[in-house]
Amino acid sequence: MGETTETFYDVIRRQGISRRSFMKFCSLTAASLGLGPAFAAKIANAMETKPRIPVLWLHGLECTCCSESFIRSAHPLVKDVVLSMISLDYDDTIMAAAGHQAEAILEEVKTQYKGRYILAVEGNPPLKDGGVYCMPGGTPFVDKLKYMAEDAQAIISWGSCASWGCVQAAKPNPTEATPVHKVIKDKPIIKVPGCPPIAEVMTGVLTYILTFERMPDLDRQGRPKMFYSQRIHDKCYRRPHFDAGQFVEAWDDDNARKGYCLYKMGCKGPTTYNACSTTRWNEGVSFPIQSGHGCIGCSEDGFWDNGSFYDRVTDIKQFGIESTADKVGVAAATTVGAAVAAHAALSLVKRAQQKGSQSDEN
Amino acid sequence: MSTEHVTEARTSVYVYEAPVRVWHWINAASIVVLAVTGYFIGNPLPSVGGDTSDMYVMGTIRFVHFSAAYIFAVGFIGRIYWAFVGNHHAHQLFTLPFWRGEFWRELFFEMRWYLFMERAPKKYEGHNPLAQFFMFFAVMLLSIFMICSGFALYGEGQGIGSWQYSLFGWMFDIFTNSMLLHSWHRLGMWVLVVFIIVHVYAAIREDIMSRQSIISTMISGERMFKDSKD
Ligand code: HEM
Ligand code: SF4
Repeated sequence: MGETTETFYDVIRRQGISRRSFMKFCSLTAASLGLGPAFAAKIANAMETKPRIPVLWLHGLECTCCSESFIRSAHPLVKDVVLSMISLDYDDTIMAAAGHQAEAILEEVKTQYKGRYILAVEGNPPLKDGGVYCMPGGTPFVDKLKYMAEDAQAIISWGSCASWGCVQAAKPNPTEATPVHKVIKDKPIIKVPGCPPIAEVMTGVLTYILTFERMPDLDRQGRPKMFYSQRIHDKCYRRPHFDAGQFVEAWDDDNARKGYCLYKMGCKGPTTYNACSTTRWNEGVSFPIQSGHGCIGCSEDGFWDNGSFYDRVTDIKQFGIESTADKVGVAAATTVGAAVAAHAALSLVKRAQQKGSQSDEN
Repeated sequence: MSTEHVTEARTSVYVYEAPVRVWHWINAASIVVLAVTGYFIGNPLPSVGGDTSDMYVMGTIRFVHFSAAYIFAVGFIGRIYWAFVGNHHAHQLFTLPFWRGEFWRELFFEMRWYLFMERAPKKYEGHNPLAQFFMFFAVMLLSIFMICSGFALYGEGQGIGSWQYSLFGWMFDIFTNSMLLHSWHRLGMWVLVVFIIVHVYAAIREDIMSRQSIISTMISGERMFKDSKD
């Protein structure tokens, strides 16, 4: 690897990408970051002059859907850029090196780029039984994560696994899968949730860090604001049907064919922060709602444990008994209503009795 | 014995000042509107047809919910203000004399009266202890929860830069998935519904069976006592 002052641009050119494509990538990224056209030049400049930031991509307990998403970025170039950004250093899934050779790279980067590299984490560490449920390279992932985090500049939690825990952390969470921020507490962590997150969002975040040499603005939950500040519902193209009160009532009804709002089919768009309804997927072809299925809220904390994907009023698991607010409410109101009626009847009887005894006394 | 019945002494005290009475009825009306519209937000009316750009059914329901919500919230703030400047009954809603043994004894007495285990109720100018207990939890604390959760949800629609989100966004540190906050906001509605059933029943019953006026008091402000015994 050697001591590099290598820039991203150098790497990109070496991979045979033309300058023209490179400039296209810069404009595209500037746009997706919500920056003006002038910033395209700024991004280009940064990529040409600033030393490349090494990115180490670790895989914990996960399904690799983040990586799958990553290598299928909309613009083919984005993918190339991204791969140049990361694969050179370490990504045990897609790198050429394997085995001890691969693990050695980790060590090398850790010492050579102390305090400068970015640790991208896909998946999360299971903590139960000393972390034996995820053992890359023969050591518990949690140890590897902690070790590599020590000298990192920042951590990016790719996907819902790293950000929240995702399916392996769903109740009852048998392996005690734990999101990264609950294990590493002393490093800046950027959450890029989604199952998987959108490729453009991932590239955008990396490019931003490089260009501006700082972390993007994060929201209250630690997600980059430029991609996670609005809900799916806020930018959904079916929103006019929501406001009008035009809903799909069954999967095969006429309203479904007309493309009405999927709220009643359990769409979680109103409670989900992500960029799907604007950026879309697979070269901007579509996103779940566009293909006729509600949003399942895959980028939200604990989306597996918030009831059915197909109900709007969902089960509250925190309640002990699994039931919806409406079921609990109707049951309580009925019980109390019946009690009140019985009480009223009894009160009348008592009153009649008392009246009787009072007139006796007189 | 018989003299009591002949005199039928009626005395009265001024309990609820005008702002409290006005607040009570505005609050009641806004809660009814909030509960009905809120129910249909989570469980919308059957789908409508027609030209989408002519329709605003869900939009109207939500608009009414948010308008009533503002009235509810502003009214609540006004009510807090009145707790400071009003008469001594005005702050009863916000206090629970948790450490006063007498309070709990009387609360149990009141419960026994409702369980038909006491022949005659006691007299109270303000709320009886049982009522105060429920008022504190079901009206005071629950209103605060509904306002905090409601404005947090509202802030999501207004955007994370909005004042609503800035002020109430911390709710999402507790309810980390907004879906969860929706569910609890909805559960809050049901708690209120149950409270209303009990509250309306108790008010009517007390009005008839206890020794003081209840319903007319919230209209005129005067608590009438039906006898002059202690
Ligand atoms: C007595 C007080 C209130 C009651 C009974 C009530 C009831 C409800 C109910 C049942 C829902 C539907 C929840 C769901 O299933 O998703 C709801 C939603 C909502 N409420 Fe309230 N609410 C109250 C006060 C407020 C207040 C003070 C606000 C503040 C602005 C508010 C704002 C909202 C918002 C923003 C939603 C979500 C609307 C949407 O998702 O489209 N609510 N409310
Ligand atoms: S389909 Fe989902 S996200 Fe789109 S408007 Fe309807 S509820 Fe909102």
